[in-house]
Amino acid sequence: MAKRYVVAKLGEIAPGTSKLVNVDGKEIGVFNVGGAFYALLSKCPHKGAELCKGKIVRRVASDEPGQYAVIPDSEMIRCPWHGWQYDLRTGQSWCDSDNVALRKYAVSVETGEGLLEGPFVAESYAVSVDESYVLVEI
Amino acid sequence: MSTLLEPLPPLPKTRLSVVDCDIHPTLTSEAEFLPYLPARWREHMQTYRRHVRQGLHGTLTHPRMQVNRIDAVPTKGGPPGSDVNFMRTHHLDQNGVEWGLLQALQPSGSAERNLEFGAALCSANNDWQIAEWIDKEPRLRGAIQVTQEDPQAAVREIERRASDRRFVQVSLSPRAQEPLGRSRYWPIYEACERNNLPLGLHVPGFGSGYASTPGGWPTFYLEEHQTFAYVIMGVFTSMVLEGVFERYPKLKLVLVEGGFAWVPALCWRLDKHWERMRSEVPHLKRPPSEYIRENIWYTTQPMEEPERPEDLTKLIDWIGWDRLLFSTDYPHWDFDDPKTVFNVRMTPEHRRMIFSENAKSVYRLP
Amino acid sequence: MRIPFEGAIDCDVHVSVPSVSAIVPYLDEYWLERVRVQQLERLDLSLTSYPPTAPLSGRPDWRPQQGPPGCNLALLQQEALDKFGLRYAILNCLWGSQALFAEDMSAAFCRAVNDWIATEWLDKDTRLRASIMVPMQNADLAVAEIERRAGDSRFVQVLVLAGLDTLLGRRVNWPVLRAAEAHGLPIAIHAGSAYRHPPSAGGWPSYLLEDYVSNTQLFAAQLGSLVSEGAFSKFPELTVVLAESGVTWLPAFAWKFNKTWRGVRTEVPWVTKPPFDVIRDHVKLTLQPADAPADPQALRDVIEQIGSDEMLLFSSDFPHWQFDGEDVLPNGLGDEQLRKILIDNPLATYSRLKEAVA
Repeated sequence: MAKRYVVAKLGEIAPGTSKLVNVDGKEIGVFNVGGAFYALLSKCPHKGAELCKGKIVRRVASDEPGQYAVIPDSEMIRCPWHGWQYDLRTGQSWCDSDNVALRKYAVSVETGEGLLEGPFVAESYAVSVDESYVLVEI
Repeated sequence: MSTLLEPLPPLPKTRLSVVDCDIHPTLTSEAEFLPYLPARWREHMQTYRRHVRQGLHGTLTHPRMQVNRIDAVPTKGGPPGSDVNFMRTHHLDQNGVEWGLLQALQPSGSAERNLEFGAALCSANNDWQIAEWIDKEPRLRGAIQVTQEDPQAAVREIERRASDRRFVQVSLSPRAQEPLGRSRYWPIYEACERNNLPLGLHVPGFGSGYASTPGGWPTFYLEEHQTFAYVIMGVFTSMVLEGVFERYPKLKLVLVEGGFAWVPALCWRLDKHWERMRSEVPHLKRPPSEYIRENIWYTTQPMEEPERPEDLTKLIDWIGWDRLLFSTDYPHWDFDDPKTVFNVRMTPEHRRMIFSENAKSVYRLP
Repeated sequence: MRIPFEGAIDCDVHVSVPSVSAIVPYLDEYWLERVRVQQLERLDLSLTSYPPTAPLSGRPDWRPQQGPPGCNLALLQQEALDKFGLRYAILNCLWGSQALFAEDMSAAFCRAVNDWIATEWLDKDTRLRASIMVPMQNADLAVAEIERRAGDSRFVQVLVLAGLDTLLGRRVNWPVLRAAEAHGLPIAIHAGSAYRHPPSAGGWPSYLLEDYVSNTQLFAAQLGSLVSEGAFSKFPELTVVLAESGVTWLPAFAWKFNKTWRGVRTEVPWVTKPPFDVIRDHVKLTLQPADAPADPQALRDVIEQIGSDEMLLFSSDFPHWQFDGEDVLPNGLGDEQLRKILIDNPLATYSRLKEAVA
């Protein structure tokens, strides 16, 4: 059965940054992309590198040689080893999109109030009703 | 119920035992290296710097998209590969490295145009390997760096170090002024063979000043990266056709980071056309592929990735399971992890050979 | 193995200019004046890559009594056209005009050779077709020569030596690629070099054998250039034929190319599919030599790895010495592949072959 884990306080992961967490034995990268959160398994399907330690980059397109266009809202994680790039939002690989994708996880933001009331009690944080928290579902 | 966030557990101790035939130790900064140079050359280095055959002084003219693994930055700072303690835990322990063979490419004297300075750089590099790496971490072994363009100085350096078993091979630049099979380099091979030291050739980013392809300079790094194999193929062809292995039958040649998928087709090509033109090279008594099967080994990184995994097995079947030597290229970006590097099934014996026994045999490691 | 049926199309046959004197009749007034002043007819423009007397340059039973291998029409007809039952043979002239530095001289000689080929060869046997020699030293002059020949549909291809001043994919060469594409002419990259650069980044090899073997790196670099520079996305109808390359080197090179591309896509965003797939779409290889051992499984494996039925083009490489007797087909080709290699692929590659001679 899927479980949800508190991985950060809302303000902890600034836009454009990420946090590496260990959840249920898996290393997961949690990314803040312009205020929206995404979580990806930090293991590159190519050769097993800790993918989410890589850089956040953007896709570049071209109509013809010599012409370069940076695509807005196209954030990808670039594997720190062989440079394979994966779309943060979808987990799709840029270089072999037919065959390779990353495992991604649902992320939600909840207020402390919601967490205290439901079965989703955060034990690791002194949860305050005035704070919000980022959760990942495994 | 939400769960406690746990700190990342320590990485499991691996049951692997590998010989890593290509590790790149790096300087924290130039200041670390200077004390290993005599005063005269220390001043020279700080004033005139290195004088090399490319237009830019401190950067490759095809800058790399990425040099090192981003996750290999030492905890205490400094560039990847510069901290022996971090290398110990991040790589040697974690990946079961029983022996790690250093290829200390920078600063290299082999590409230096001022030959005396080049010899001093090589000697200092060799001292640095001992003091900063091998004496601090007993699993590491060094390569004697020499200036191939001054073969007499190279031989002197080899003789100086040959009985020091902290060095297990000789290293020089395959991007030399002449193809390495040419006779001017033979005194070096004589010294290697006599001292039972393999010659381990690692492709550098620059060297001779000749275009990196026979058709001129490439534009993009994508193309330039392919040229490493071209350089190695040229050296391979030269050493075979010039008769280096006929003259020095016990010389062992290790080609480092040059790949190996090209080997079968090149052997077929050499054998076939040698049949037709053997009167040009009468000093060769046997088909080229016979020398190749006896005297040449290849490190595995960067692992070849055929579209069909079974073609990798076919390649190695043809080259010989005894010819490949596992390597990681730590801490460079196209690192191969021993746990994930092979995507084909292998017999336990083949696994042991590639990961450990072949290298122990070639390098006479216990 | 012999060719099992008639009608094959030989995509790499060599014709040699026996001497400068042979093409003097085709020079204009100025160059005739230069002949007088400079005694140009004394020049020997045979290539260092193919010395006429070297074993590779001519099989013993294919050498004429007089002149270099490849200069004799009767021998070509008897030993190749008739013997192999050829429907067409494409003449590639390997001669030193591409090795000269003077651009105008190179252009004048290329033009004269192309005229000589048309008159002394194409006019005399309707089975013959030819590649256009172009002065790659200057892209505009090369384009002018293509434009000049394009109207003669017996010229089916543009010919360049594999080793020239710059790699073919460079933007400075694009006018030539553009003109070839516009006229539906493939570009043949043929083994051999003008030696502007040494055969290796590690310098100058000692032996002809070594240089010949090193052609592999040259072909690989040319493909690396064409794909990375986006020549095939800029010129989507362009076909490139690798002539006399050896064939079996291709998969290893292409796998590495794919692997590197995956990590450096940001550098070349116009390369939107794996390089090996781009190569499959745009590149052909002539068959001789197919560098493979006697065991036919080796070549079969390589052809599977190449992954396309449409890339190999039959060639004998006449009069180069690549095989003995009538064993023009290497071991390892399946029956179903033969028809494609011998006939269908060449017809698909050279659209002009389907046109009747005017």
